Amino acid sequence: MSAFAYAGSLAAADDRNTQVTSDAGALLAPAFDAQKARTVLSLRGLTLSFGGIKAVSDIDLDVFPGEIRAIIGPNGAGKSSLINLISGLYRPQRGTIAIDGQVFSAVPASRAAKLGIARTYQNLALFKGLTVFENIVTGRSSTVRSTFIEQVLGVGRSPAEERDSRERADTVITALHLEAIRERPVGTLPYGLQKRVELARALVAQPKLLLLDEPMAGMTSAEKQDMAQFVLSARDDFNATIILIEHDIGVVMGISDRIAVLDYGRKIADGSPEDVRNDQRVIDAYLGVAHEDDAGAPAQ
Amino acid sequence: MTNAYDAQQSRGLLPAWGYLLGIGVVAYGIVPLLASDYVYDAILAPFLALSLAAVGLNLLTGYAGQVSLGSAAFMAVGAFAAYNFNLRIDGLPFILSVLFAGLTAAGFGVVFGLPSLRLKGFYLALSTLAAQFFVEWALTKFDWFSNYNSSGVIDAPPIVIFGVPFSGPSGRYYFALTVVLLLSAFAARLVNTQTGRNFIAVRDNETAARIIGVPVFKTKLLAAAVSSFIIGIAGILWAFAYLRTVEPHGFNLDRSFEILFIIIIGGLATLRGAFLGAALIVVLPLVLSRIGTLLLGGYFNSGVLDMSQRILIGALIIVFLIVEPDGLAALWIRARNRFFGALTSRRPAREVTA
Repeated sequence: MSAFAYAGSLAAADDRNTQVTSDAGALLAPAFDAQKARTVLSLRGLTLSFGGIKAVSDIDLDVFPGEIRAIIGPNGAGKSSLINLISGLYRPQRGTIAIDGQVFSAVPASRAAKLGIARTYQNLALFKGLTVFENIVTGRSSTVRSTFIEQVLGVGRSPAEERDSRERADTVITALHLEAIRERPVGTLPYGLQKRVELARALVAQPKLLLLDEPMAGMTSAEKQDMAQFVLSARDDFNATIILIEHDIGVVMGISDRIAVLDYGRKIADGSPEDVRNDQRVIDAYLGVAHEDDAGAPAQ
Repeated sequence: MTNAYDAQQSRGLLPAWGYLLGIGVVAYGIVPLLASDYVYDAILAPFLALSLAAVGLNLLTGYAGQVSLGSAAFMAVGAFAAYNFNLRIDGLPFILSVLFAGLTAAGFGVVFGLPSLRLKGFYLALSTLAAQFFVEWALTKFDWFSNYNSSGVIDAPPIVIFGVPFSGPSGRYYFALTVVLLLSAFAARLVNTQTGRNFIAVRDNETAARIIGVPVFKTKLLAAAVSSFIIGIAGILWAFAYLRTVEPHGFNLDRSFEILFIIIIGGLATLRGAFLGAALIVVLPLVLSRIGTLLLGGYFNSGVLDMSQRILIGALIIVFLIVEPDGLAALWIRARNRFFGALTSRRPAREVTA
């Protein structure tokens, strides 16, 4: 598919009305083609520049349901920018972002949660004045329909919503082993636990697409092992499709299904962990000179 | 800020209804036995009105993180709206005048809250100053608001609820107390709902809140509306139950700062702090005056009192901001935990390790 033709056909399109139903299919699957119908996320020709610097340059990327899709690359390669584009914090200059078949020229940030996107942040973005539990419950905000009057009086839609949110929050708390710190204000927690709370806050919304921006940065190796298990659990138990940015190549190779490698905003490789590990351009740009089996030691 | 944690802890010591019952018994039963007319009029009336205003401002500034220097303007809107609803609509029950006046203040709050969608911090604080100056100007400029009264100072009408007159110092106290307790209970509930958590989410990280699906604009405007509603009704208490006159100058910029100081000294994002801070602000000049007269005799006149009070409050704010940013409410909890810790050695152990 030509990225330019694709982008051009969408240039004037509204966010919502670009869903095209396939006549052939019995299901009302939104589809431009068979390939796209199956993607949770599909980027075409995505370009973002700050001033003269191209942070993201003409990126195509497909993410399929149930994948753990890693994005790696040296610092400044555009990984975080890509996640900020997908979650709507940045607007691309060119290209399109298709989420579950819905095509956007820019994702509206305030609708990200409703579209099934949840994310964590490279530098934590928790609500420091709230407890662990309250932070996680707030992750359900996009599902709240009751008015504040209903909530204050405890009538109407509010009690059922509140009960549902609390139950789901506790399910996630149990899954991520946060019971012991449930009532602690998050600001008082060590860094590794705050990262875990942030994952819980993202998971409680039951996202279709979970964007993890360096979830293991700054962690001890034991914490990294735990976090890797939780990432796998997010996929297996909470049915999230995951985009993972991470610098620890050992972890990335271990848990990812496919890996895309960025360098200077461009995608230089995309494939299985083995393919990527042996790709000469990746070795040159990121992994460093290939000693025997040294995948655990990324170039700084 | 540790307010949420503290709230959890306080739930551990006594159930919520226990606190309410205790406050009710003391406020309705014991206080009237001890209070003189002077205590009602000079201490309890301003204390209740300022506490309520501080509860309102704390929702906006403490919880939702929107700094406001216009509290007194919303008090003025409430007081003048109640006066005019009462005056101009024949047969309108007083309680409805109060309600409509609160809604009028809420409407003003939303209008002057609109800049908060774009502005933050100092810039937002400056835009709320516009509310302060505009309202003071409008109420002085257009005589209609004070019913063409030549002095601009109008007597507050009597307070009658469902045919029951709340007259005299104790009657006004019961009226103010009931209003303050009802609205404080409302605020206490609100901050523990998802809407209340959204206030804090928007304050602590607006971007993360937006991505999570918190309706950020709606949340900010709602905080402004609810806050102004409560502050507007506090203005009615200030004018009708304390001053017993309605005049623009009772609601000047000094009053706005006073309420801001109350929530800083009392503790941001705690409702208890609003009451502790208001108590300090009301009682401080009285205590200062006694001590000053005792030490300096005739030299301690009203001018000296006023200045020494300003100096002391300024110093207190600096001390609190540096030493205890969570205010009197945090001190209160620490003192209480120590007290209960001495009584029962088991409880605090659980709290420390919780």
